[in-house]
Order: sequence, then structure tokens, then C-alpha cells
Amino acid sequence: MTQNQALFEYLLRLGDSDLILGQRLCELVGNAPALEEEMAIGNVALDLIGQARSWMTLAAEVASAAEIEGAGRSADDLAFTRDERAYRNLLIVEQANGNFADTMARQYLFDVWHFHLLSALSGSADERIAAIAAKGLKEVIYHLRRSSAWIKRLGDGTEESHAKMQDAIDEIWTYSGEMFIADEVDSLLADAGIGADLNQLRSLWQADVQALLAEATLNCPSMDEYMQRGSKQGLHTEQLGFLLAEMQFLPRAYPGASW
Amino acid sequence: MYAQLVDTGAKRLKTLEEMSPEERAFQEKIDAEIKIEPKNWMPEGYRRTLIRQISQHAHSEIVGMLPEKNWLTRAPNFKRKLQLLAKIQDEGGHGLYLYSAMETLGADRDEEVAKLHSGEVKYSSIFNYPALSWADMGTIGWLVDGAAIVNQVVLQRTSYGPYSRAMIRICKEESFHQRQGYQILLHMMQNGTDEQKAMVQDSINRFWWPAMMMFGPHDSDSPNSAQSMAWKIKRMSNDDLRQRFIDQTVPQLEFLGCTAPDPDLKWNETRGHYDFGEIDWTEFYDVVKGNGPCNRDRLRTRRKAIEEGTWVREAASAYAAKQKQKNAAA
Repeated sequence: MTQNQALFEYLLRLGDSDLILGQRLCELVGNAPALEEEMAIGNVALDLIGQARSWMTLAAEVASAAEIEGAGRSADDLAFTRDERAYRNLLIVEQANGNFADTMARQYLFDVWHFHLLSALSGSADERIAAIAAKGLKEVIYHLRRSSAWIKRLGDGTEESHAKMQDAIDEIWTYSGEMFIADEVDSLLADAGIGADLNQLRSLWQADVQALLAEATLNCPSMDEYMQRGSKQGLHTEQLGFLLAEMQFLPRAYPGASW
Repeated sequence: MYAQLVDTGAKRLKTLEEMSPEERAFQEKIDAEIKIEPKNWMPEGYRRTLIRQISQHAHSEIVGMLPEKNWLTRAPNFKRKLQLLAKIQDEGGHGLYLYSAMETLGADRDEEVAKLHSGEVKYSSIFNYPALSWADMGTIGWLVDGAAIVNQVVLQRTSYGPYSRAMIRICKEESFHQRQGYQILLHMMQNGTDEQKAMVQDSINRFWWPAMMMFGPHDSDSPNSAQSMAWKIKRMSNDDLRQRFIDQTVPQLEFLGCTAPDPDLKWNETRGHYDFGEIDWTEFYDVVKGNGPCNRDRLRTRRKAIEEGTWVREAASAYAAKQKQKNAAA
């Protein structure tokens, strides 16, 4: 694997996770528990989809410059015509919205990871990556502040909300381990100072999550539990296909049409 | 127009002589174009009319997010998806802003939203029509936001200060939405396939008349207009606003290369305005009464969001109370 091939793959992973979580949040528009939350959910979705666009634009540039797989495709092509098996988003982000506790559990566990990831990538040896990460990090600081606040409110709110929040954490937990499993792509880019060291990320993430869940009076499951995996090989849960079918409907129904 | 058929409770206008000294001073202020502010004295009818109108306007912004949400998850590329999401966000912001203006009159947001959910108060009839194709995202921006702007530009001069200031801010964003919507359609007409062009024409055919209805009934069938005009809550009549909208819209329609589903639409040299056909008022009142294609769905969605969020709001309150207690103890 060349460095450019690894880079292309890495950028797709970054972009895909942002886009798929953004799409999930779009599904919630009009369904938030309060008008203020309606605004917040939309803001987070806007940020994530904007970041996805930046990553995929760079992925398309890298592919074209190095004439590797994906050459000649635009960011829109990558997002709106790629098949499920070629998608590289983390399994956690494609999980359904569920109730508000499920939505916030998914968001929080992702936000902590996203925050540490972008912090690391802000110092990437690849200036293009460092620039996108630094810009995104400003947004993700806010995402994390918001989702942390909700974990605490729901965890330490009423008996009902506590139970729902605990269930949500327990339910989504199995999809969290995958965020730290490094493969050849990760190792190659981490060694080159371009990508993030996932082992470091793991301990930072663990410390943050354990502390916040304790503050929220919630039980933190063990990181040694069995964890689902597969997204780096494009092996997804059954949920992603439906999400893509909806998101990609127009470009697929009207091939070649310009919108 | 996002507020239709707003009841003022007045059967006829009082003359200055019939008014109490307070009412007379109030009316003279209005006549002198001095804005009424929240702490100023105002007739109860004025207050109630404004609460009705502003709440209806705010509800329309919130319900109006739903037809666009229907295509948000299917927007065809990054640019359109981000644009549409930002537009929906703006609408939520307008809703919040208007509810705040309404609360300066002593109304309560939750109570007014409960009235919406029980069907006691309405939102604009236009949002009871379905968004059936991507072209509708263009048409809604162009025609629906366009009609809203014609009304809102005039409302920038409305007599109640907080409402007037809300309108000034909202108008800036709305005109951006309108251009964005028009651009969606123009792009499809100029760069699109035959299928896309047909999609645009079909969308205009479906939304043309409902957009015309947004301005409400004819002036002759608008019993509340006289009092609203005297209070300068309303500044232009329904028919005048509708005419202004048609006059500015038809050249844009022609530039698109599309047609309107109105055989009577033509330029009248003598009047200096476009003539147009009669609106199907039976349809208008049917939709207002709750029989539009989407009335039930729209309200069900709004009710469900608030009902399912009850435990979340309760948790937030409980947590806030606990924090307050902790801080007091510390």
C-alpha cells in the first residue's frame, strides 16, 4: 500500500463518519424535544456535513493527483454514489436515532473521540489535514460541551431519564471499541506523523468517558467487553444500506443529472 | 403571508370620540407612526390580536420546517444539503425570535404551542401541501418564501415595536432563501434534463394557487382587516399584497421558461398590473379547516415531538434544580 492509497482511505473514513452522523441528525429535524434543541441538532449536523465535505474534497484531490482508485470522482460522487461496502464510517454513527438518550449516547461517545482525534490531527505533518482538523476542532469543542451536558442532565435528572440514559450507554457501548482498532492504514500514517495514534486516543477517551459518566451517576461499562468491528473493511450493520438508499436517491435515480 | 384570518374581536371601528382617553392617546400615537413598546398601555383587543398574529406566524415557521425536512435527507449533493439545512435552521430561529416577541405581550410559549396542537389556533395553510419532489425545495423557497416576504416587508412598519424589529431581521434571511429557491429551479431549467424540467413545471403547477392563497381571503371577505389596519398591525390589504406578489413573480416565472396554471393570467396595460383568475376559495377554507393533504400529519409530527420530549424536559428541570441546591449548599 502506498502512502497516497493509505491517505485516500484515511480521508474517506474521516469524511464518512461525519457525513453519516450528520445524516442521522438530519432525520431528527422537526422531532427535537424542544425548539432550542431543534436548533442545536441542526447546528451539529451542519458542522458535521461541512466537515465531511472538506475531507471528501481532499480525498478526491488525493485520488486524482496520485491516479489511484477513486480518481476523477468529486466529493459529491464519493458521498452520493458510493455503495455500502465502500463506505468507511464507524459502525457507531450509523446506529438509529432511537430515543433522545440513545441519540445523545451515540453523540457523546463519538464527540469525545472526535475531539481527541481532531486535536491530534491539528498537528498533522500534512498541512491540508492539519487545516481541516483545526477548523473542525472549533466546532467539535461545542459539540462535546453540549453532549456532555445532556449526559449529565439525563443521567442525574429523573429516575426515568437515568434508566434511559444507562440503557442507551449499555446498548451503544459495543460499537465504541472499533474507534481504537488500528489497521495498516492507521499505522502507516501514524508513523509518518500524518495520522493520529489510536492507542493514545484510547486512553484519553477512556479517562474522559469514565469521569463524565461517574459525574452523571452512570455506570461505565468495561472497555474489555466484546466490541463490534468491521467498518474499516466496509462491513456494516444492516442499518447503513437504508440510510444510503435514502441519501443517494436522487443521484442514483437520475444518473448524470446536475442539481 | 404566514398569518391568515386573524380575529381582532372588533365588529366595527370606534371613532376617536367613542374611545376612552387612554384609547384615544393610543390611537393618536399609532396615527403618528410612533411604535408601541411592551410596557406601553394598549387596548386588550390590540394585545390579543397581536398575540394571535405573532403566534400564528411563529407556528408557521416551525411547521414550515417539516415539508423541507421531507427532502433534507434526500438532498442531491453537499451544496444543496447544506443550504437546505441552513434554511431550516433559519426558520427555527425565526420561530424562536417570534415567540420571544409574542412573550413581550404577556403570552406564554408553551400555552400557545398547546393551542396549536389542540387545533385551536392555525398556521399558514401553505404548509398543509406535500413536498413531492426535489423541485419543491426550489418552489417553496421562491414562491412560498417570496409570498411571505411581500407581506413581511410591509410588516417591518407594523405598529408593535418588537414585532417590527423581528420582521426587519427575518426579512434579510427570507430574501436570501427566496433567491436560493429560485436558483434551484433556474439551475434545473438551464442545466437539467427533460425530466428535471418537467419536475420544475409540475412543482409550480402544484404550488401556484396555494401560494396565492397565502395572502388570505379577498378584502371584501376579510372582516378583521379594518381594525388591524386602523391599529397598523396590518399595513396593506390582502388583495393589494397578492397583486404586488403576482406583479413581481410573473417576470421571474417567464425568465425560468415556465408557465402558471392560470389561463386568465395576463398583463393589463390599463391597470398597470397583471390580471389573474379566481382562487378556489372552497379549497382554501377546506385546508384552513384541517382538510388539506397534510394537516393531520403536520400536527401529529409536532405533537409527537413535544410529547416524546416530555421526559427529557423533566430531566433537564430536575437536574437544574439539583444543581441549584448543590450550589446553594456550597
